[in-house]
Amino acid sequence: MQAQKTGKTKVSDYFGKLFGRQIFIPIAALLLLAIFNLIADPSFYKITYGFNSAGDPVLSGYLMTILDYGSELAILAIGMTLVTAASGGQDISVGAAIAISGSVVLRVLCGTNSRPETLQAPIIVAFLVSCVVAMLFGAFNGTLVAYFKIQPMVATLILFTAGRSIAAWINNNELPIISEPSFSYFGGFIPGIPIPTPFFIALACVLVMTLVLRFTNLGLYTQAVGINENSSRLNGLNPAFIKFLTFVILGLCVAVAALIKVSRLSSINYSVIAKDIEMDAILAVALGGNPLNGGKFNMTASILGAYVIQFLTTTLYKMNVSSDALSAYKAVVVIFLVVISAPVVRNGISDFWKKLKLKVRVKEAA
Amino acid sequence: MRDKAILEMKNICKSFPGVLALQGVDFTLCESEIHALMGENGAGKSTLIKVLTGVYGKDEGQIYLRGIDKAVAIRSPQDAQNLGISTVYQEITLCPNLSVAENMYIGRSKNIYQNWKKMNEDAGRILESLDIQAQPTQQLASCSIAVQQMVAIARAVDMDCKVLILDEPTSSLDEQEVEKLFKLMRNLKERGVGIIFVTHFLDQVYEVCDKITVLRDGKLVGEYEIKDLPRVQLVSKMLGKDLDNLSDVQGEQRVYNKDDKSVPVFETEQLYSNAGIKPFNFNIHKGEVNGFTGLLGSGRSECVRAIFGADRVLGGTVKKNGSHVKITKPIDAMKSGIGYLPEDRKRDGIVGDLSVRDNIILALQVMKGFFKPFTKAEANQFADEYIKLLGIKTASADTPIKSLSGGNQQKVILARWLLTHPEYLILDEPTRGIDVGTKVDIQKLVLKLASEGMSITFISSETDEMLRTCSRLIVMRDRKVVGELSGEELTQNMIMSTIAGGEKA
Amino acid sequence: MSKKTRNITDTNLLLTITIVVFFVMYIGAILIQGKGFLKPQTFFNILNANAALIILSCGMSLVMITGGIDISVGGVTALVSMCCAVYLDYHNGNPFTAMLIALAIGVAFGLVQGFLIAYLDIQPFIVTLAGMFFARGMTTIVNTNPFNVENQAFVALKETRIIIPGLGSINKLGKYVNAYVEIGVLVAVLVVIILFCVLRWTKLGRGFYAVGGNNQSALMLGINVKRTKFLSYLLCGILAGIGGFVYFMHVGSGSASHASGAEMNAIASSIIGGTMLTGGVGNIIGTFFGVLSLSTIQNIVSSAGLDQAWWTGITIAAMLCLFLVVQSVVMARKKRAN
Repeated sequence: MQAQKTGKTKVSDYFGKLFGRQIFIPIAALLLLAIFNLIADPSFYKITYGFNSAGDPVLSGYLMTILDYGSELAILAIGMTLVTAASGGQDISVGAAIAISGSVVLRVLCGTNSRPETLQAPIIVAFLVSCVVAMLFGAFNGTLVAYFKIQPMVATLILFTAGRSIAAWINNNELPIISEPSFSYFGGFIPGIPIPTPFFIALACVLVMTLVLRFTNLGLYTQAVGINENSSRLNGLNPAFIKFLTFVILGLCVAVAALIKVSRLSSINYSVIAKDIEMDAILAVALGGNPLNGGKFNMTASILGAYVIQFLTTTLYKMNVSSDALSAYKAVVVIFLVVISAPVVRNGISDFWKKLKLKVRVKEAA
Repeated sequence: MRDKAILEMKNICKSFPGVLALQGVDFTLCESEIHALMGENGAGKSTLIKVLTGVYGKDEGQIYLRGIDKAVAIRSPQDAQNLGISTVYQEITLCPNLSVAENMYIGRSKNIYQNWKKMNEDAGRILESLDIQAQPTQQLASCSIAVQQMVAIARAVDMDCKVLILDEPTSSLDEQEVEKLFKLMRNLKERGVGIIFVTHFLDQVYEVCDKITVLRDGKLVGEYEIKDLPRVQLVSKMLGKDLDNLSDVQGEQRVYNKDDKSVPVFETEQLYSNAGIKPFNFNIHKGEVNGFTGLLGSGRSECVRAIFGADRVLGGTVKKNGSHVKITKPIDAMKSGIGYLPEDRKRDGIVGDLSVRDNIILALQVMKGFFKPFTKAEANQFADEYIKLLGIKTASADTPIKSLSGGNQQKVILARWLLTHPEYLILDEPTRGIDVGTKVDIQKLVLKLASEGMSITFISSETDEMLRTCSRLIVMRDRKVVGELSGEELTQNMIMSTIAGGEKA
Repeated sequence: MSKKTRNITDTNLLLTITIVVFFVMYIGAILIQGKGFLKPQTFFNILNANAALIILSCGMSLVMITGGIDISVGGVTALVSMCCAVYLDYHNGNPFTAMLIALAIGVAFGLVQGFLIAYLDIQPFIVTLAGMFFARGMTTIVNTNPFNVENQAFVALKETRIIIPGLGSINKLGKYVNAYVEIGVLVAVLVVIILFCVLRWTKLGRGFYAVGGNNQSALMLGINVKRTKFLSYLLCGILAGIGGFVYFMHVGSGSASHASGAEMNAIASSIIGGTMLTGGVGNIIGTFFGVLSLSTIQNIVSSAGLDQAWWTGITIAAMLCLFLVVQSVVMARKKRAN
């Protein structure tokens, strides 16, 4: 869309404009990674059609992995973006909250028996219960932030510390296993559809969020509150409630992500499930160019940011980086991205750009 | 350099993306001189001050100081401080978490070690000599704003500065404190200090200054002796145009012919809030312009905030057209047709990063409801309409409001409330800190709106502004309503005597 | 409001609350758990086990006072342990050089993170988050499997016990045993004292408070805000290096999972100790007591027989929650009173 508009203008202007845009950051990162992979090993982009162990058709390949595993992250990024915009802080308890709501799903499905032959409750009931629980924990965080005015990172530190313990406690520290195949559809494939289900779930979430942003004032309100709480209040908003609301919405996102996570394993590991995912979700928001101290946000950029993070993770996996060492490489890339997107550095670059242009002009004149 | 000059700025240029903030400005300050720096908002006063204090780097030009042969480079506030240039800003630039004494001495000593005992003693002596009511060991946050401002001045005074810059220091001080400050300024002047005084209050300029330098649109208009430049001329120099506009408004005395039997649009009975005001009664009729007056801190803002539900209302009732309305939070007030332009524009008014358009539609949008957002076309239409109507100078409706000048920001906030079509509009200091041109625009607009049937409460620190616009004044002292003036009683003298606790019962 | 209460600064108010809470809790522990907590060695064991945490928390308080945060300290601790372990065992190095390695790692992290945060103006949370990722990842790259260090010089150092004269108790066999602390505790106490003095009596220390109170104002007051911020992260990095070595001396092994969650414990201790994450308010002595409070609670929980892992997490969280709410209520009250 932007390309059409700027088609006539000079290339340099075009670059200058694009450079100033928020969505430039995730797109640039994506392109960089894509080109890197193309050079390093084009087979990265190969997608094969085959059948999984259950005999269902599936597409596989690194790109599919990205779509698959980036989905939880994208779902979380939606909620995290709103929380960041309204409260000017981040929720670091999403990983722990996923453990809790995943644990709840299993608990409801299994009842008292940890290895049931048949499900003790319909999956939808289990999911709804976990939604309620996740939203309650979201509400807990939201209350601390909105009504007790505790900085979000510190407030959510509480659940971060306790969450996985609570998750273990919900199932008496047992490891329930679900043998029902239909439960694994959410994190795997629906028979007959070769594209991983999480992608559709993420798509649905994005769609819902788009509609919400389109047909309600959620976007305007969260941004107004994030930028200036005082004047928002004097314009009739209830800043505390809006902050609270964003945490509850994030709770809902957590429940959806948790369903995908437990469905992948048909079980749960309390200390490992969704480990460090809060960091990835926050990085997605940051990579989307959204100011982490609140205010304006761009949802598309955040979601794109989530997939870029997963792209990066997958690229590293492919290069035989062990999962433990992964974080070191990720950190380097993240630092690089944050540094080039830092206003100080960007101003420096655009100044350099200007000077370069000036020199060219002087030469042309001469 | 001129004979007695201690500071000379030559051909200073500074530009920001899209704006030429200063274009070849010269400025000279002599010793023992109080020199007013005047100009509308956006004239470049603040930029010039910030260049001088090293907050901004300059693009071109030289700064000379007495005793130093070549041009000095001021790259940071610290450099400025070391060269003997001290600044006291309008907004408190001290650290609220430190003690009063620390705030006076931090960042100054070259010692690594901090001697608390000596510091507290020194601070105590200075505070005493300047008659400032604060303990050296007290945490700054526990002092009133006025005292904090005085502490900032005490700090500057103690630094043996040769050049003292006072950037609108009086806007948060009451009259007595202003008097004290002026005494202090004259005292310093006798000691040979050159003082640059930036203010919007013309009275204060003529009371205390020796010379005036006027800037307009980033350019130097001229430097004048105070006695050579009468007020009217000063204003016309600042505006760059004749004063017909101003005298237009000034001409007539406002009289509101109230129909005695009519029911007030809004009426309060024994209303009070947690902001510490005494219960007050107040009413306003259709098409009336009235105002609250009183010294700073007398509770005028708190009264209107209580009506609007901005502070927590603890008791009393509000009636609209004779029937009760319950107002506990701003949205209630908005729904019953009240608009409120807050006193502190930056803190309570603008939503800085949002576009002018979003800032304009915000209040109406909130009233319309969470599930009914305006379409883009509607929003644009509203924004364009009011940008045109109020003559808001902005690149586009998409520009973030924070990049507009103060006066234009204020117009946007005004547009926001006009868009809600309130029956009753409260304007709390709508003209504070904005240029004379916009002030006149706003006053005219108030009168026009009132003639169309809107009820308006107008609050301003400048009494003549109130006299021009209001037909009735509610006078406050010590957070209590102490009188009401209308008709012939509306004179400067009468207001003063009522505020001071004069004869009027 | 009386003059006296007005003179209490936010820092001192929160410090007082912290110290009172610690003593109430310790006395509570004695009353509930009986004699165990009366033995001096119980107290010293808390110190021995938490010397590293005290040092890390001091660094954390420092950056929190300037209004920042550093969540890389746990990762740096693990990296330091692993590097020292590898150096001592595989390269047969000496403990002194290992110390220098630890310091160098800390300095490196402090320099880079400080530069990015202070001079490039990037959010501290993001930078130190990346720092944490990097440190943890590097730890596994240096060596994947955990192992115990058997270097003799080091083991001797690790086992050195400093006897506290005059304090001791009778053990189960009826023998009198002197109370002791490890070397790490001395280091921790030294760090606490030095930092307390720096924060209270030096220009730099007061600069930290000023920057945290309002960095715009601090700039106007002539403080070099960028340098001050930079130094706070550098110091925090150095302390993370020292803390890492002390941790290593206590556990005597290298592992990628060492000190997991240490950053959160350090933040929690600082907050319990009265440091506000908004900056400008805090005290090293408070932090010291914050660590002690935290570990006393942990001790109570585990000696009450609730040693399932989740109870520790839940109690720490509950305590953190309590303190945060208390802080927020106290500060809100104070604001209203003014």
